[in-house]
Amino acid sequence: MKRHVTLLTLAGLGYAFLYLPIATLIVYSFNASDRVMVWDGWSLRWYSALLQDASLLRAAALTLQVATVNAFGATFLGLLGGYVLARHGRFRGRGVFAGMLAAPLIVPEVVTGLSLLVLFVTLQDSLGWPMARGATTITLAHMTFSSAYVAVVVQARLAQLDGALEEAALDLGATPVRAFLSVTVPLLAPALIAGWLLAFSLSIDDLVIASFVSGPAATTLPMLVFSEVRLGLSPEINALATLMILAVAALGTVALLLLGRGRTDR
Amino acid sequence: MMRGTRIFLLPPLLWFGVFLLAPLLFVLRISFATAREAQPPYSPLLEADSDGGITFLAHLDNYRFILSDSLYADAYLSSLATALFATLWCLLIAWPIALAIARARGRAQAALLILVILPFWTSFLLRVYAWKVLLQGNGVVNAILLQLGIIDTPLALLYSPFAVQIGIVYAYLPFMVLPLYAALARQDPALAEAALDLGCPPWRVFLTVTLPLAAPGMVAGSLLVFVPAVGEFVIPELLGGANSLMIGRVLWTEFFGNRDWPVAAALAITMLLIVVVPVALLQSRAGNMQSGNSAGTSR
Repeated sequence: MKRHVTLLTLAGLGYAFLYLPIATLIVYSFNASDRVMVWDGWSLRWYSALLQDASLLRAAALTLQVATVNAFGATFLGLLGGYVLARHGRFRGRGVFAGMLAAPLIVPEVVTGLSLLVLFVTLQDSLGWPMARGATTITLAHMTFSSAYVAVVVQARLAQLDGALEEAALDLGATPVRAFLSVTVPLLAPALIAGWLLAFSLSIDDLVIASFVSGPAATTLPMLVFSEVRLGLSPEINALATLMILAVAALGTVALLLLGRGRTDR
Repeated sequence: MMRGTRIFLLPPLLWFGVFLLAPLLFVLRISFATAREAQPPYSPLLEADSDGGITFLAHLDNYRFILSDSLYADAYLSSLATALFATLWCLLIAWPIALAIARARGRAQAALLILVILPFWTSFLLRVYAWKVLLQGNGVVNAILLQLGIIDTPLALLYSPFAVQIGIVYAYLPFMVLPLYAALARQDPALAEAALDLGCPPWRVFLTVTLPLAAPGMVAGSLLVFVPAVGEFVIPELLGGANSLMIGRVLWTEFFGNRDWPVAAALAITMLLIVVVPVALLQSRAGNMQSGNSAGTSR
């Protein structure tokens, strides 16, 4: 019993460590004062300031647009990449292909960002494309690293799935593409949804790579937040953080309820 | 090889060739060039003379410069040390959390798990910023310490190596908890019970049964924390002082501040050599071991 108390205390401290910073942001987002650390009563003024901040709303719109396009593109690429690695055994160049698909997971963000910017600059000089850096280049960059994560999810799911159904389809005369579309993809649906969400959230969260490959005309939400908080504290950012945390918490609660239901169903 | 590999392989192969392999080769090329005031801001590696000859302009000066200036060596060492300590702290903090989740049941377990994942879904940048709020001179941490009488005057916590360390531990903790929990959940509880029944004290059960069996989870979690921590830019930029040296930040400054693309490129290549190559080797070895193990134990 004594052991349980020790374990629970230590785990409780761990959870407190995880949530103390988040709780602080939420409380101070309701501070009426202009100075973040001076408490001056409760107020919603920073929330209304947030909604009237045009550049912030523009950045949020750009971020959502990039994240959505990226999520679809990355899911497509990750699906194909993960499928080839999980189901197509050994082929010439497999090592290189597997390495390329794993690279974005371990290459430091600053290196990925630098290398993609160099690529876009070189392409611009030699082909005249892309004309300007912005939403397009950020989306292309995000698709590259987030599809690697999707591929991992797809591969893990395929490893659990029996390949017999796909083989049966092929033996019964389905073309490889047909078997893939009508057998493999439906079986992978949960992994594809998970991969889509993962790619979406990776894109929303990225600061470093977007900063490298973006031009002066395009600012994503993380880039805007970063330039605000780099030099000091900002009560408006506290309000923004609170809204984002509440959105995530709501999603988490839904996921928890769904998980709980899945458990009792079984 | 299965039928029709090529159709499925081609799109991702082309994509990663163009957007991953080619860019890294370009960086490698620039790392042998000279910086100049032009567009693009680096010299070509080959130049045709007026009389039709070709001069070879590639050189290793950027690498020599990185090796000779102790700033870069210090940045590499301090990045590696910071990442190593952060990994150890993550291990220490993650263990009780992962154990508590593994021992909980049903809805409580799902809730504890979600509570670890939630912060990880929350914006990374905002989670780091939260520590900027906490560690201010008049911030929450100092207020608590003053209230408890542990200190008399506020400590300068922010803009210090300590702040960078705590930021990294905080940001990457879920990456340690999740694989560790997965490893613990896979363990057969009968093993620990058998040891207890045979009279082994609980602390020894932990050290000789639970801990060694969780080793794969600890290795996976450590890699997930250590690798991104070494190249971290946001955390030292927001929480470390102006002179906080981490290699990711040095590269950023070299590129955006000094606009020296060749030196930034050489830093990127050395970063790949120092961090990525050993990790890739380690991972492929671990992968081989794992596939060997699972082949051996699969029923």
